[in-house]
Amino acid sequence: MDPQAAKLIGAGLAAIGAGMAAIGVGNVFGSFLESALRNPGAADGQQGRLFIGFAAAELLGLLSFVVAMILIFVA
Amino acid sequence: MAAEAGKVDPMHQFTIEPMFGTDGWQIGQYNIAFTNSAMWMVIAAFALLIFVAGGLKRELVPGRWQMAVESFTGFIDGLLATNVGPAGRKYIPYMFSLFMFILFANILGMLPLGIIGLHPFTFTSHFSATGVLSVMAFAIVLLVGFAKHKLHFFSLFVPHGTPLVMIPLIFVIELVSFLVRPFSLGLRLFVAMMAGHVLLEVLSGFVINGLNAGIGIGPVVSVLSFILMVAIVALELLVAGIQAYVFALLTSLYLNDAENLH
Repeated sequence: MDPQAAKLIGAGLAAIGAGMAAIGVGNVFGSFLESALRNPGAADGQQGRLFIGFAAAELLGLLSFVVAMILIFVA
Repeated sequence: MAAEAGKVDPMHQFTIEPMFGTDGWQIGQYNIAFTNSAMWMVIAAFALLIFVAGGLKRELVPGRWQMAVESFTGFIDGLLATNVGPAGRKYIPYMFSLFMFILFANILGMLPLGIIGLHPFTFTSHFSATGVLSVMAFAIVLLVGFAKHKLHFFSLFVPHGTPLVMIPLIFVIELVSFLVRPFSLGLRLFVAMMAGHVLLEVLSGFVINGLNAGIGIGPVVSVLSFILMVAIVALELLVAGIQAYVFALLTSLYLNDAENLH
Protein backbone atom coordinates (compact mmCIF):
# COMPACT_ATOMS: atom_id res chain seq x y z
CA MET A 1 0.00 0.00 0.00
CA ASP A 2 1.09 3.55 -0.65
CA PRO A 3 2.58 4.85 2.64
CA GLN A 4 0.68 8.15 2.35
CA ALA A 5 -2.61 6.28 1.94
CA ALA A 6 -1.77 4.04 4.90
CA LYS A 7 -1.07 7.12 7.05
CA LEU A 8 -4.39 8.70 6.19
CA ILE A 9 -6.28 5.45 6.83
CA GLY A 10 -4.51 5.18 10.17
CA ALA A 11 -5.49 8.74 11.06
CA GLY A 12 -9.07 7.94 10.14
CA LEU A 13 -9.01 4.83 12.33
CA ALA A 14 -7.66 6.95 15.20
CA ALA A 15 -10.83 9.03 14.96
CA ILE A 16 -12.73 5.98 16.26
CA GLY A 17 -10.99 6.67 19.56
CA ALA A 18 -12.44 10.18 19.64
CA GLY A 19 -15.92 8.72 19.15
CA MET A 20 -15.34 6.21 21.95
CA ALA A 21 -14.24 9.04 24.24
CA ALA A 22 -17.46 10.84 23.33
CA ILE A 23 -19.39 7.81 24.62
CA GLY A 24 -17.31 7.88 27.78
CA VAL A 25 -17.81 11.59 28.42
CA GLY A 26 -21.53 11.24 27.73
CA ASN A 27 -21.66 8.38 30.19
CA VAL A 28 -19.96 10.44 32.89
CA PHE A 29 -22.32 13.40 32.55
CA GLY A 30 -25.38 11.22 31.95
CA SER A 31 -24.84 9.15 35.08
CA PHE A 32 -24.15 12.30 37.07
CA LEU A 33 -27.36 13.94 35.90
CA GLU A 34 -29.37 10.80 36.55
CA SER A 35 -28.24 10.54 40.15
CA ALA A 36 -28.26 14.32 40.66
CA LEU A 37 -31.96 14.37 39.85
CA ARG A 38 -32.59 11.60 42.37
CA ASN A 39 -30.74 13.46 45.12
CA PRO A 40 -30.24 17.12 44.17
CA GLY A 41 -28.96 17.93 47.66
CA ALA A 42 -25.85 15.81 47.21
CA ALA A 43 -25.17 16.90 43.61
CA ASP A 44 -23.17 20.08 44.26
CA GLY A 45 -20.73 18.30 46.54
CA GLN A 46 -19.79 15.85 43.79
CA GLN A 47 -18.90 18.32 41.06
CA GLY A 48 -15.19 17.88 41.65
CA ARG A 49 -15.48 14.13 41.11
CA LEU A 50 -17.64 14.77 38.05
CA PHE A 51 -14.89 16.78 36.42
CA ILE A 52 -12.19 14.30 37.42
CA GLY A 53 -14.16 11.58 35.65
CA PHE A 54 -14.70 13.90 32.70
CA ALA A 55 -10.98 14.69 32.51
CA ALA A 56 -9.98 11.02 32.66
CA ALA A 57 -12.46 10.02 29.94
CA GLU A 58 -11.59 12.98 27.74
CA LEU A 59 -7.82 12.47 27.93
CA LEU A 60 -8.03 9.16 26.07
CA GLY A 61 -10.01 10.75 23.24
CA LEU A 62 -7.49 13.57 23.05
CA LEU A 63 -4.70 10.99 22.85
CA SER A 64 -6.35 9.47 19.78
CA PHE A 65 -6.51 12.97 18.28
CA VAL A 66 -2.78 13.33 18.94
CA VAL A 67 -2.15 10.01 17.19
CA ALA A 68 -4.13 11.22 14.16
CA MET A 69 -2.26 14.55 14.10
CA ILE A 70 1.10 12.80 14.36
CA LEU A 71 0.16 10.46 11.50
CA ILE A 72 -0.92 13.31 9.24
CA PHE A 73 1.66 16.00 10.00
CA VAL A 74 4.71 14.36 11.59
CA ALA A 75 5.15 10.74 10.51
CA MET B 1 3.79 24.35 5.33
CA ALA B 2 2.70 26.85 2.72
CA ALA B 3 -0.99 26.83 1.97
CA GLU B 4 -1.82 25.93 -1.61
CA ALA B 5 -4.02 28.31 -3.53
CA GLY B 6 -7.63 28.08 -2.37
CA LYS B 7 -6.82 25.84 0.56
CA VAL B 8 -6.74 26.99 4.18
CA ASP B 9 -3.90 25.42 6.12
CA PRO B 10 -5.30 24.62 9.58
CA MET B 11 -1.86 24.37 11.21
CA HIS B 12 -0.57 27.75 10.07
CA GLN B 13 -2.18 29.53 13.04
CA PHE B 14 0.18 27.74 15.43
CA THR B 15 3.35 29.09 13.80
CA ILE B 16 5.66 30.79 16.26
CA GLU B 17 7.20 33.93 14.78
CA PRO B 18 9.66 36.43 16.22
CA MET B 19 8.06 39.85 16.68
CA PHE B 20 9.41 43.37 16.29
CA GLY B 21 12.63 42.26 14.57
CA THR B 22 14.01 40.42 17.59
CA ASP B 23 14.78 37.22 15.68
CA GLY B 24 18.53 37.75 16.01
CA TRP B 25 18.60 37.93 19.81
CA GLN B 26 20.48 35.11 21.45
CA ILE B 27 22.21 34.06 24.63
CA GLY B 28 25.01 31.60 23.95
CA GLN B 29 23.67 29.40 21.18
CA TYR B 30 20.03 29.86 22.14
CA ASN B 31 17.67 32.12 20.31
CA ILE B 32 15.62 34.19 22.75
CA ALA B 33 13.55 36.14 20.25
CA PHE B 34 10.40 37.81 21.59
CA THR B 35 7.82 35.64 19.81
CA ASN B 36 4.10 36.07 19.27
CA SER B 37 3.66 33.35 21.92
CA ALA B 38 5.60 35.42 24.46
CA MET B 39 3.70 38.55 23.45
CA TRP B 40 0.33 36.92 24.15
CA MET B 41 1.63 35.60 27.47
CA VAL B 42 2.50 39.19 28.40
CA ILE B 43 -0.92 40.38 27.20
CA ALA B 44 -2.67 37.66 29.25
CA ALA B 45 -0.62 38.59 32.32
CA PHE B 46 -1.42 42.30 31.91
CA ALA B 47 -5.12 41.62 31.32
CA LEU B 48 -5.14 39.53 34.51
CA LEU B 49 -3.29 42.28 36.39
CA ILE B 50 -5.83 44.89 35.29
CA PHE B 51 -8.71 42.57 36.14
CA VAL B 52 -7.45 41.91 39.67
CA ALA B 53 -6.32 45.52 40.29
CA GLY B 54 -9.83 46.71 39.44
CA GLY B 55 -11.23 44.50 42.19
CA LEU B 56 -8.89 45.58 44.98
CA LYS B 57 -10.90 48.58 46.14
CA ARG B 58 -11.97 46.75 49.32
CA GLU B 59 -15.36 48.41 49.44
CA LEU B 60 -17.77 47.19 52.07
CA VAL B 61 -20.50 46.85 49.47
CA PRO B 62 -18.70 45.41 46.45
CA GLY B 63 -19.44 46.78 43.00
CA ARG B 64 -19.74 44.58 39.93
CA TRP B 65 -16.03 44.43 39.20
CA GLN B 66 -15.01 43.66 42.78
CA MET B 67 -17.76 41.05 42.92
CA ALA B 68 -16.37 39.37 39.79
CA VAL B 69 -12.85 39.18 41.22
CA GLU B 70 -14.10 38.04 44.62
CA SER B 71 -16.23 35.29 43.14
CA PHE B 72 -13.13 33.94 41.38
CA THR B 73 -11.00 34.04 44.54
CA GLY B 74 -13.88 32.47 46.46
CA PHE B 75 -14.13 29.77 43.81
CA ILE B 76 -10.42 28.89 44.13
CA ASP B 77 -10.69 29.05 47.93
CA GLY B 78 -13.57 26.56 47.82
CA LEU B 79 -11.74 24.32 45.36
CA LEU B 80 -8.70 24.07 47.64
CA ALA B 81 -10.80 23.74 50.81
CA THR B 82 -12.73 20.75 49.44
CA ASN B 83 -9.79 19.01 47.78
CA VAL B 84 -6.84 19.75 50.06
CA GLY B 85 -8.46 20.83 53.31
CA PRO B 86 -7.11 23.48 55.73
CA ALA B 87 -3.52 22.86 54.56
CA GLY B 88 -4.50 24.09 51.12
CA ARG B 89 -4.96 27.73 52.09
CA LYS B 90 -1.33 28.62 51.43
CA TYR B 91 -1.68 27.56 47.78
CA ILE B 92 -4.47 30.02 47.02
CA PRO B 93 -2.21 32.66 45.39
CA TYR B 94 -0.51 30.08 43.18
CA MET B 95 -3.73 28.33 42.19
CA PHE B 96 -5.52 31.62 41.53
CA SER B 97 -2.70 32.82 39.26
CA LEU B 98 -2.54 29.45 37.50
CA PHE B 99 -6.27 29.17 36.89
CA MET B 100 -6.79 32.78 35.84
CA PHE B 101 -3.70 32.80 33.60
CA ILE B 102 -4.89 29.70 31.73
CA LEU B 103 -8.46 31.01 31.57
CA PHE B 104 -7.35 34.40 30.23
CA ALA B 105 -5.00 32.73 27.74
CA ASN B 106 -7.74 30.43 26.45
CA ILE B 107 -10.31 33.19 26.14
CA LEU B 108 -7.92 35.77 24.67
CA GLY B 109 -7.06 33.19 22.00
CA MET B 110 -10.75 33.01 21.07
CA LEU B 111 -11.17 36.77 20.59
CA PRO B 112 -12.31 37.66 17.06
CA LEU B 113 -9.50 40.18 16.58
CA GLY B 114 -8.72 38.72 13.15
CA ILE B 115 -11.40 41.06 11.78
CA ILE B 116 -9.12 44.05 12.44
CA GLY B 117 -6.05 42.19 11.21
CA LEU B 118 -4.59 41.31 14.61
CA HIS B 119 -4.38 37.55 14.92
CA PRO B 120 -4.70 36.25 18.48
CA PHE B 121 -2.30 33.47 19.34
CA THR B 122 -3.40 30.83 21.85
CA PHE B 123 -0.16 29.94 23.60
CA THR B 124 -1.95 27.21 25.59
CA SER B 125 -2.16 25.31 22.28
CA HIS B 126 1.59 24.60 22.56
CA PHE B 127 2.97 21.82 24.68
CA SER B 128 6.02 23.92 25.56
CA ALA B 129 3.79 26.39 27.43
CA THR B 130 1.37 23.95 29.09
CA GLY B 131 4.21 21.53 29.80
CA VAL B 132 6.03 24.16 31.87
CA LEU B 133 2.85 24.86 33.87
CA SER B 134 2.33 21.16 34.59
CA VAL B 135 6.01 20.58 35.44
CA MET B 136 5.74 23.49 37.91
CA ALA B 137 2.79 21.76 39.59
CA PHE B 138 4.72 18.48 39.64
CA ALA B 139 7.80 20.19 41.12
CA ILE B 140 5.71 21.76 43.88
CA VAL B 141 4.23 18.33 44.68
CA LEU B 142 7.70 16.79 44.93
CA LEU B 143 9.19 19.65 46.98
CA VAL B 144 6.28 19.88 49.42
CA GLY B 145 5.92 16.10 49.65
CA PHE B 146 9.57 15.44 50.46
CA ALA B 147 9.91 18.48 52.73
CA LYS B 148 6.84 17.60 54.75
CA HIS B 149 6.92 13.80 54.88
CA LYS B 150 10.62 13.10 54.18
CA LEU B 151 11.05 9.54 52.86
CA HIS B 152 7.61 8.67 54.18
CA PHE B 153 6.36 10.32 50.98
CA PHE B 154 6.97 7.00 49.18
CA SER B 155 4.01 5.52 51.07
CA LEU B 156 1.98 7.43 48.47
CA PHE B 157 2.73 4.55 46.11
CA VAL B 158 1.36 1.86 48.44
CA PRO B 159 -2.31 2.47 49.28
CA HIS B 160 -3.62 1.43 52.68
CA GLY B 161 -4.62 -2.20 53.04
CA THR B 162 -2.61 -3.51 50.08
CA PRO B 163 -1.88 -7.25 50.57
CA LEU B 164 1.83 -7.91 51.06
CA VAL B 165 2.22 -9.97 47.87
CA MET B 166 0.68 -7.22 45.77
CA ILE B 167 2.98 -4.44 47.05
CA PRO B 168 5.74 -4.75 44.39
CA LEU B 169 3.17 -4.71 41.56
CA ILE B 170 1.06 -1.88 43.01
CA PHE B 171 4.18 0.15 43.75
CA VAL B 172 5.29 0.01 40.11
CA ILE B 173 1.80 0.85 38.79
CA GLU B 174 1.36 3.77 41.18
CA LEU B 175 4.87 5.04 40.44
CA VAL B 176 4.20 5.02 36.69
CA SER B 177 0.85 6.73 37.12
CA PHE B 178 2.56 9.33 39.32
CA LEU B 179 5.35 10.01 36.83
CA VAL B 180 2.94 10.27 33.90
CA ARG B 181 0.97 13.07 35.60
CA PRO B 182 2.89 16.09 34.27
CA PHE B 183 2.55 14.76 30.72
CA SER B 184 -1.15 13.98 30.92
CA LEU B 185 -1.85 17.31 32.67
CA GLY B 186 -0.04 19.40 30.06
CA LEU B 187 -1.15 17.26 27.13
CA ARG B 188 -4.85 17.58 28.01
CA LEU B 189 -4.88 21.36 27.96
CA PHE B 190 -2.68 21.65 24.87
CA VAL B 191 -4.59 19.10 22.78
CA ALA B 192 -8.02 20.39 23.80
CA MET B 193 -7.09 23.93 22.77
CA MET B 194 -5.32 22.84 19.59
CA ALA B 195 -8.17 20.56 18.50
CA GLY B 196 -10.72 23.34 18.90
CA HIS B 197 -8.69 25.83 16.89
CA VAL B 198 -7.98 23.31 14.13
CA LEU B 199 -11.70 22.55 13.93
CA LEU B 200 -12.57 26.25 13.64
CA GLU B 201 -9.92 26.73 10.96
CA VAL B 202 -11.18 23.75 8.94
CA LEU B 203 -14.75 25.07 9.12
CA SER B 204 -13.60 28.54 8.07
CA GLY B 205 -11.88 26.83 5.12
CA PHE B 206 -15.27 25.35 4.18
CA VAL B 207 -16.87 28.79 4.33
CA ILE B 208 -14.19 30.41 2.13
CA ASN B 209 -14.05 27.58 -0.40
CA GLY B 210 -17.86 27.47 -0.53
CA LEU B 211 -18.03 31.18 -1.33
CA ASN B 212 -15.40 30.74 -4.03
CA ALA B 213 -17.26 27.80 -5.58
CA GLY B 214 -19.84 30.01 -7.28
CA ILE B 215 -23.61 30.35 -7.30
CA GLY B 216 -24.65 26.66 -7.21
CA ILE B 217 -24.01 24.53 -4.16
CA GLY B 218 -21.34 26.83 -2.68
CA PRO B 219 -23.40 29.33 -0.65
CA VAL B 220 -25.44 26.49 0.89
CA VAL B 221 -22.25 24.89 2.18
CA SER B 222 -20.95 28.25 3.38
CA VAL B 223 -24.07 29.22 5.29
CA LEU B 224 -24.40 25.81 6.96
CA SER B 225 -20.70 25.76 7.86
CA PHE B 226 -20.92 29.28 9.23
CA ILE B 227 -23.88 28.42 11.47
CA LEU B 228 -22.01 25.35 12.71
CA MET B 229 -18.93 27.50 13.29
CA VAL B 230 -20.85 29.93 15.50
CA ALA B 231 -22.09 26.99 17.58
CA ILE B 232 -18.57 25.55 17.81
CA VAL B 233 -17.25 28.92 19.02
CA ALA B 234 -19.77 28.78 21.88
CA LEU B 235 -18.60 25.23 22.62
CA GLU B 236 -14.98 26.39 22.53
CA LEU B 237 -15.68 29.12 25.09
CA LEU B 238 -17.14 26.40 27.33
CA VAL B 239 -14.09 24.20 26.72
CA ALA B 240 -11.77 27.14 27.52
CA GLY B 241 -13.40 27.45 30.95
CA ILE B 242 -13.64 23.71 31.60
CA GLN B 243 -10.02 23.02 30.66
CA ALA B 244 -8.76 25.82 32.94
CA TYR B 245 -10.94 24.40 35.72
CA VAL B 246 -9.77 20.83 35.10
CA PHE B 247 -6.13 21.95 35.14
CA ALA B 248 -6.64 23.73 38.48
CA LEU B 249 -8.69 20.81 39.87
CA LEU B 250 -6.08 18.18 39.00
CA THR B 251 -3.26 20.38 40.31
CA SER B 252 -5.14 20.71 43.60
CA LEU B 253 -5.64 16.92 43.74
CA TYR B 254 -1.90 16.40 43.26
CA LEU B 255 -1.20 18.98 45.97
CA ASN B 256 -3.56 17.02 48.21
CA ASP B 257 -1.38 13.93 47.68
CA ALA B 258 1.68 15.92 48.69
CA GLU B 259 0.06 17.49 51.76
CA ASN B 260 -1.98 14.62 53.16
CA LEU B 261 -0.61 11.49 51.44
CA HIS B 262 -3.59 9.14 51.27
